[in-house]
Amino acid sequence: MTEIALFGAIEIGLVYALVAIGVYLSFRILDFPDLTVDGSFPLGAAVCAVLLIAGVNPWLASLAAALAGAAAGLVTATLNVRFKILHLLASILTMIALFSVNLRVMGRPNVALLMQDTVLTPFYGLGIPDHIVRPLVVGVIVAVVVLLLARFLASEFGLAMRATGVNARMARAQGVDTDAHVYAGIALSNGLTGLAGALFAQTNGFADVTTGIGTIVVGLAAVIVGETVLPARALALALVGCVAGSILYRLAVQLALSADAIGLQASDLNLVTAVLVAVALILPRLKAKASRSAPRSTRAAK
Amino acid sequence: MIVVEDIHVTFGRGTPLEKHALRGVDLTIPEGEFVTVIGSNGAGKSTFLGSLAGDVLAEQGRIAIDGTDVTRWDTPRRAGLVARVFQDPMAGSCAALTIEENMALAAARGRRRGLSLALGSDRRKGFRDRIAALGLGLENRLHDRMGLLSGGQRQAVSLLMATLAGSKILLLDEHTAALDPATADFVLDLTRRIVRDNRLTTLMVTHSMRQALDYGDRTLMLHEGRVVLDVAGEERAGLDVPHLLALFARQRGGAEISDDSLLIG
Repeated sequence: MTEIALFGAIEIGLVYALVAIGVYLSFRILDFPDLTVDGSFPLGAAVCAVLLIAGVNPWLASLAAALAGAAAGLVTATLNVRFKILHLLASILTMIALFSVNLRVMGRPNVALLMQDTVLTPFYGLGIPDHIVRPLVVGVIVAVVVLLLARFLASEFGLAMRATGVNARMARAQGVDTDAHVYAGIALSNGLTGLAGALFAQTNGFADVTTGIGTIVVGLAAVIVGETVLPARALALALVGCVAGSILYRLAVQLALSADAIGLQASDLNLVTAVLVAVALILPRLKAKASRSAPRSTRAAK
Repeated sequence: MIVVEDIHVTFGRGTPLEKHALRGVDLTIPEGEFVTVIGSNGAGKSTFLGSLAGDVLAEQGRIAIDGTDVTRWDTPRRAGLVARVFQDPMAGSCAALTIEENMALAAARGRRRGLSLALGSDRRKGFRDRIAALGLGLENRLHDRMGLLSGGQRQAVSLLMATLAGSKILLLDEHTAALDPATADFVLDLTRRIVRDNRLTTLMVTHSMRQALDYGDRTLMLHEGRVVLDVAGEERAGLDVPHLLALFARQRGGAEISDDSLLIG
């Protein structure tokens, strides 16, 4: 792996770390399997790209992308909470609808960002190579998000959100408006994904309506890899695990693709992803099986 | 004080499984009274408790708590006035959260939940003192997940959680039914202590006639969605389980008691 490929993998891993954190919020904390991210990621990219071309401040454009993602999440949450559509189906409906919405937002399937200023522009002239500046800036943004989110989840509101996901009946008996917390949590999750889309567009210089495909799998892969390498119970550490998982996942993919001996091409990415996720899901099970059978064999030895 | 006027609840209206669970319950429970509720399976005990807590909305009638009409309020809204402990020890707390996190959740009952830290150091210390008073040694396990506690410990903590927000009404839905007899006695004694110390207005549903007479100041018997027996004071003090059974039979017009569960105790 070349140095540029290494930093490229870290950079894309950090961008998708925000998706991973969003997926952690919906799947793990709220116990709400939400596939909306496949639509809210390209939505964030599209909104950001279109606003940048219109000359809007890059930070404002990124904020708008996050808000657009949050709005998409609210649609899914409304379909589920208000109209009782199964969460998985509700999110698929929103995701499908967003494909059309994204085409409308951009007016065409993809938009290139060539000369536009991005949130990265001010940092390019500081004498650090571009391929290091990008992961640095994205990394700082991710770190800020992790800190804010960890503090949020430790608040009374955040604690109620966690209770909503664990035991909704108990939460309601303790006066928690569980519906409101589902709305807030799914909006937050997709808002983070929209922000990830905006950073993706700015670091890669384009927004494309097809970049959303498989976002949920990548996010879930990062969460699972993170939980495997950093099995933490403390919430802040679990968030760090999402970030680490996302980077490790990208490094693993990069390693698999750049090992000439295996003969993989870039187009094999989805296959590699699926295999990695499957392995990450199977490993803990094998480990548990091994630890279960180990005491039995020592007892047999006595 | 709880005032219940002629409430009716029907499940599955218009279906073959239609069940008229409450058929006009009228009741006034003065502040600080400890009421035990008995009745056979399907008598409407849990539905009655659910209708006070907001899980079940009465389709007819009126419920007022401390002078406020709460008939149309949902569960989270009523939670500021009413605390509950469930039959299933797993249902009343979050197994995946720590003991102190569960306590923080309960302490915010009936309040707006903002962005302030759920577990500041002052609050932690307060929780430690409160849980130490249980005498279970849990004060050193505040960081443990609730799921690691035994059923009895979880019910004890649930009782404590019911007192943290300062609400004055406690609903107990067979909260010792899932426990072994010794643990059940411990939890019942703790219940008596907590109700007395906090001067709570309490409704305790139980399957045991013995418990119904031994605890509290007043006993209600429900049958087919109605209150068929309401005894307190002298009359109740003189009652024993066989008397209660006979009274019950008379109320039902001499009908045989067929449900074994009524005889337990």
